[in-house]
This record gives sequence, structure tokens and C-alpha cells, in this order.
Amino acid sequence: MPPVDVAAEVTSNQPLSADYNVLTLAAPAIAAAAAPGQFVMVKAGLGHDPLLRRPFSVFEVLRDARGAPTGISILNKRIGASTELLYAARQGQRLACLGPLGQPFVPVDPPVEAWMVAGGVGLAPFAALGESLSGRGVRATLFYGARRAAELFYLDFFRDLGVELVLTTEDGTAGERGRITVPLERALASRALVTPGAPPMIYACGPEAMMAAAAKLAMRYHAPCFVSMERTMGCGLGGCYGCVVAVRGPHGRAHHVRSCLAGPVMAGDQILWD
Amino acid sequence: MDLSVRIGTLTLQNPLIAASGCFGYGVEYADLVDLASLGGVAVKGLFLEEREGHPAPRIVETPAGMLNAIGLQGIGVRRFIAEKLPELRARQATVIVNICGTTLDEYVELARILSDADGVAALELNISCPNIKEGGITFGCSLNGTFDVVSAVRKVTRLPVVPKLTPNVTDVSSFARAAEEAGADAVSLVNTFLAMAIDVETRRPKLSNIVGGLSGPAIRPIAVRMVYECRQAITIPIIGMGGIADARDAIEFMIAGASAVQVGTASFVDPFIWPKLLDGIRSYMERHHVARVADLVGTVDTGPAAPERSGA
Repeated sequence: MPPVDVAAEVTSNQPLSADYNVLTLAAPAIAAAAAPGQFVMVKAGLGHDPLLRRPFSVFEVLRDARGAPTGISILNKRIGASTELLYAARQGQRLACLGPLGQPFVPVDPPVEAWMVAGGVGLAPFAALGESLSGRGVRATLFYGARRAAELFYLDFFRDLGVELVLTTEDGTAGERGRITVPLERALASRALVTPGAPPMIYACGPEAMMAAAAKLAMRYHAPCFVSMERTMGCGLGGCYGCVVAVRGPHGRAHHVRSCLAGPVMAGDQILWD
Repeated sequence: MDLSVRIGTLTLQNPLIAASGCFGYGVEYADLVDLASLGGVAVKGLFLEEREGHPAPRIVETPAGMLNAIGLQGIGVRRFIAEKLPELRARQATVIVNICGTTLDEYVELARILSDADGVAALELNISCPNIKEGGITFGCSLNGTFDVVSAVRKVTRLPVVPKLTPNVTDVSSFARAAEEAGADAVSLVNTFLAMAIDVETRRPKLSNIVGGLSGPAIRPIAVRMVYECRQAITIPIIGMGGIADARDAIEFMIAGASAVQVGTASFVDPFIWPKLLDGIRSYMERHHVARVADLVGTVDTGPAAPERSGA
């Protein structure tokens, strides 16, 4: 189905911290079509400044009491002009929202386990994925790293889905102190010893260095790994060639693919990380 | 109401063209936009061979605009003809192929190959991309280079030849004149303005290529001025562009002297902009009793302001 553009009403704006918020948007058509890992292009304001839409992973798919899709939410972090406006968005306001776009996560089924690896705002695609995995009966773990305890969000949401949590913070205020790839590596090493030949599926989203580390660990332990790439996008539709990722091309040469069409979810072992 | 415009021997059903570099190869939009409803589709710049372009980051947003340094990534002319042109033909798009070379011979070879292909309506000569070091812009920044590349291509094709001019010169109209003298059917202008953005926290350029081309509403008044100046200097049609975001902007370019317009950055923001632009042009024509859109071209009134219209 081609993407649709809707003037989506902001049905709520829940601040999570001084930098993060979750916006819920009334967009039944997008919600009905979206698969975990896909994204939407949102125009933060009217007029020409800021000019471009910004890409956001579909965070949650919202449903009414009977289970019919009513809208989506996005996880926003203030880092620039558009995200600043979205942090301050008011209930009742309408935002142009185009989607769903891009390649979703490749799902797994039991007995394969799923390990989601999130860094900061990289939590964005995992609420929807966690729900989908839980619905398929897949045993799932979320490795989730942030700057501090106050920036670890939606923990109860994942606990309620039955997702196991492994947390790290840079300042040690929650979970282990340090990077999330440290407990990930420990878990992969121990899994390889205990049940060799049954690696988990790894899904990663976060800072590029974190995704590179996760993808390389996955390769070392022979685990399949998909990452959700973040690039500045001009259009989200393949028109501008602005959002490319370098991948292994034919004859081993680097080849640029558009992350809006070939991604944002891509196989970690196909990306040229350095 | 007549929306058609003429560009040399080519008649476009309306003056709206998707700008090269902003619409992929057109096929990306085939399920979203009725390609047959556009005046034309200018596809992404093609060299003879495939090119990978620059690494990311390739685009950055700036006030009311954006910088890009894509580096003309592209699939090369042969793959374009084999893989993209058949679908564009099936969708009944009026295809304007933008071609780039590093040498005069490459432009000539591209023009020959495309003249034999089925479904190409015109050639736009990219002699103005600010983001690649060799070729292209070196022709576009020299009057002799512009003349030479246009006349060389002119000799080998019957397709309308439309050099796309750079604004990064002192006097664009002299380049428009050189193109006209060399036998161009029209000129298109402007390509992007060479520009730069720096992250002050890291002191790093925001683009991998360090510099890039500025587009979007921020450049529109400069582009309008350049179209106006070129209109005074040449008699062949002008395809105007630079920051057009709505029907009024498109009409402004036509009044300044453009026979047709290209829209790029605005279709990133709103891929469904095309019917809105057409509706806006139609309602302007109704309101101003304009029967043929071509009658608007170059009608800017620069005489003394009439007292009742002085706006005081």
C-alpha cells in the first residue's frame, strides 16, 4: 500500500523528561498499515522554517477498546528546530504525517529469542516491535542504555509485555554503569557456551557507534542482526538521495543505498560501518 | 483555460516540471503522483557510468532552505534506459533527461544515446552542479565552455536542448546569451547556490563534502531576479526554479519571464503538491481573466506605479 499523508491531530503530548516526550497522533490509516520498524515523516510546524519533515519511527500503534487501530505515537527528543516544536506541540494541533514508510523489522518466531538493543532515543522502534514479538510468543529481552536513570522510559510497558530488561546508564544511576554493548557481549558469550547453535535475533537502534558495536558482536557470535539506521532525510520517498548508507556492493565495492527505501531497517552485516 | 506552454519544439500540457535531483528517476513517485499530469519530469542527473556520490551526511536543513551535497549518485544512462524509462513511458510521463559529463565528449555521447531512446522529450544539460569537482560546473562557469557544450550537443540531437545554468557566477544573463547563441532551445535556472553550514559545537562542516548547494524558499527572490535579468537578455524560453513552494511562487517566476517552472525542495515537504499547484494557477487565471497561462510570461510591470496601485 502506498503511504498516505494525513493532517493528524495531536491527541496527547506526554513529557517524559526535559528533553523527551511522546506524541500521540490520530492517524487510523497509518496505524492500520504500519509494521514495527517503519517510520513516518512529520512536519513539525506550518510555513517554511523549519522547512523539511523529519523521520520518526512508529513508537506505538494505538488501538480503541475493540482493538481497531486509531493512531500512532512517536518518541521525540529535542535536538533541533523541528524536535523543539514537537516537544512543545499542543493537544488538538494538527501535524502533517506521511507514512508508513520504509522496510520493517524481519520478525522471528519461537523458539528463536529476540534481543532488542536500544540506546537513548533509539528506543523508538521497540515498543511496537516488543508488542509484536510478545504477540507471537517470542521470548524477548531489551538491552537499553541511556545517560541516566531518569532517561530510561517505558520500562513498565516492556515488563507488562513480559520483555526482560537489561539496563545500563552512563552515570550508573540505574542498571550497570557504562555502555549497553557490555552486557550484550556478556550475554552473547554466555549464550554461545550454554546453547551453542541457537543464537538470538538481534535488533538494534541507537547511536551509530552502538549499532556498529552491536552488529560486529552479532557477527562474531554468528547471530543475525538488523539495525534501524538514522539519517537526515529530505523526503523519505527516494527522491533526494540524501539519506544514504554505505553497504557492501557487487564486487566488494562500497555502494550507497537510500535508507528510506532500503531501510531504515537493514541487515547489520551488510553495512560498511567504518 | 489553456495551461500549455512551449519549450522550443516541445509543448508541455502545463508549466509544472519536477526538478532534476529532487524526484529520483520519477518511478519512485509513480504510485503517489499521476506522472502524466505533470508538464514534465526532469530525472536525476545521469552520467554515462554509475556513480556512488558523496558519503553521508548529504543534506542539512537551514533557515527556510536546505543544503545538499549528493555528488550526483546515479545509475548511469544505460541502466536508466533499461530499468526506468519503460515505466516512465508506460505512465505517460513527459521525460526530461538531465545529463552530466566530465568531458565534452561525454555530453555528446549521452545526447546520442538518449536521442535513440524511446520516450525522451528533452535534454537538460547539467553544467551547474556545485557538488562535483570535475566537469559539469567547469563548463557552466565559463562562457566559452557553455557555448562549446551546447553547440556540441546541438549538433548530434534533434531533442530540445536546455542547459541548466548555475547562479554561482557574476552575471547569469551572459551565460544565457552564450547558450542561446550556441543553439539552445531554452535555458533552465537556477541550480543551487554554493553554501556551507558548520556545527559550532564540533567545528565540523555539517556536510561530508564541506560545501553544498542551497535550495528552498530562502533562495527564491534571488532566483526570480536572475530569471528577470535573463528574460531581458535572451529570446528563447526560460524554465525558472528556485524555492517555489506554492502556486503564487510559480506565477511569480512566470511573470518574471519563465515559460515553465521546476519544483524540487517543496515536493520533498509535500509529495502531493502538484494538483495543489495546478489548482492555484487555475484560480489565479480565473481571478485575473487570463485565458492562456503563456500570456503571463514576462509580464512584470516595471513602469512607474499607478497612483491607485501604489499601496500607500
